[in-house]
Amino acid sequence: MKKIATREAYGEALVELGKENPDVVVLDADLAKSTKTIDFGKQYPHRFFDMGVAEQNMLGTAAGLAAAGKIPFCSTFAVFATGRAFDQLRNSIAYPRLNVKICASHAGITVGEDGASHQSVEDIALVRSVPNLTVFIPADAVETKKAVMAAAEIKGPVYIRLGRMAVPVLHEDDFVFEPGKALLMREGADATIIATGIMVAEALSAARQLAEEGLDVRVLNIHTIKPLDVGAVISAAKDTKAIVTAEEHSIIGGLGSAVAETVCEHYPVPVYRVGIPDTFGESGTPAELIERYGLTARHLVEAVRVTVRLDWK
Amino acid sequence: MKQETIAWLEGKAREIRRHIIRMTAAAGSGHPGGSLSAADIVAALYFHILRLNPNWPAWPGRDRFVLSKGHAAPVLYAALAERGFFPVEELLTLRKLGSRLQGHPDMKVLPGVEMSTGSLGQGLSAANGMALAARLDGRDYRVFVLLGDGETQEGMVWEAAMAAAHYKLDNVTAFLDHNGLQIDGPVREVMSVEPAADKWKAFGWDVQVIDGHDAAQILRAVETARQVEGRPQMIVAETVKGKGVSFMENQVDWHGKAPKPEEAEKALAELG
Repeated sequence: MKKIATREAYGEALVELGKENPDVVVLDADLAKSTKTIDFGKQYPHRFFDMGVAEQNMLGTAAGLAAAGKIPFCSTFAVFATGRAFDQLRNSIAYPRLNVKICASHAGITVGEDGASHQSVEDIALVRSVPNLTVFIPADAVETKKAVMAAAEIKGPVYIRLGRMAVPVLHEDDFVFEPGKALLMREGADATIIATGIMVAEALSAARQLAEEGLDVRVLNIHTIKPLDVGAVISAAKDTKAIVTAEEHSIIGGLGSAVAETVCEHYPVPVYRVGIPDTFGESGTPAELIERYGLTARHLVEAVRVTVRLDWK
Repeated sequence: MKQETIAWLEGKAREIRRHIIRMTAAAGSGHPGGSLSAADIVAALYFHILRLNPNWPAWPGRDRFVLSKGHAAPVLYAALAERGFFPVEELLTLRKLGSRLQGHPDMKVLPGVEMSTGSLGQGLSAANGMALAARLDGRDYRVFVLLGDGETQEGMVWEAAMAAAHYKLDNVTAFLDHNGLQIDGPVREVMSVEPAADKWKAFGWDVQVIDGHDAAQILRAVETARQVEGRPQMIVAETVKGKGVSFMENQVDWHGKAPKPEEAEKALAELG
């Protein structure tokens, strides 16, 4: 299966967008080669602003550009976009609902060798709690491109979570990205894996393995964490009676929490959260890290087996 | 510069100061001290310097003013109302539930507010963004921004100062409301920002130091700033916190305390 990092797709999408829309401008904070905004910078140098190692000022400047009619895309690592510059994201961008797109790369632990200081395990929790924000977490390169295009169409702030590591391409090029709509990747009646980002591919692989054991598992791809497709989550609870969530993020505050909140309110069924336990990451290769922190298809298989056996009656 | 213009601006500043007292008294909270210190600068901006159209607040060619020290919202609201952006009577709704006059400026609800501010240190970055947009669009508007001296303790201010000089944003003119006081006491004692003018010079800005209560000096400084090419301009305005009301002047307690009715009456009598 072909593998492409979502940040690579982001870089390509930006160049396309730059061609289509002269109001698109791009800002980076000295990570343009890593976030892939460098391609836009080469193509449209007068619309590209490297702000240096100053993430707060980058988001604040983007707010001003948006207030004057531009569509700024800002990039840095997820840990800095949401951690270092949270107040700017909140007060200068989300509160005034300014048309800024924050495209945060190197999210999660698959940053790898850089270690815990650079691994965002809490960015989804942070952005999910901010009013007015739309939050996309694309699962593959195709979804990323479409999410970037969709973000440009949305009049308001959008956060897009991107990864460093090459991940399998799941969609054909004609795939239609509908913001706010969960994507049914596989039908099933015995349990649902609700996954986001790079965990969607793992979820599909887990569902295939479970099928061999006679377990019929639905897979939902939540590419839009906010607004959450509440209907699809409730249907999964009603139809399959067991849910496993899968995210490359802390089990606190991210997709698992969003799903549990929804299910508890509307149709309580067992929800098992697969994600990074309440801990920081560490250095290692991405493959070593997803194994150590329990983020592989194998871990999802085990989680589904446990969850379907839970008897709530 | 005509003497009538100066006298007229002084009258406007006095009217703005009266509004500040009435508004904060009616609200029972708010920040009169830092609003009064900026009244002459804001009056000069809204009644002489800024190119605006109150009937078309979103006019793309307008000059922008960003109140980075968002807690001085009363001075901005008073100027906007006097300039015709919304009815003067609305000023008395300051800080009330459902009001467009939020405790700190909200650009989404109140016409004329160019940026939502309140969390200190963020206004200059936004101003820079607007100035970059002006350049991209080939427009000749200017972006003015007012910073508090205590506010410049925020690190982000210096990120923005660096960026404005790096991108040669000569369409950005900043005022520093150098009143020397912040909530916890004198700025020099809490966390000195001195030598303020030298710091801005070192960051690559054109710097002037003026009396921030002298309308003629304010107008001259802006005219001088307009001539500067390739550099942003900082006008360090020496001001008095609480200016115009004797018992508020240089009193740190009036940073964030509203006058009681009898105090408001006394203040209004002094302002004339």
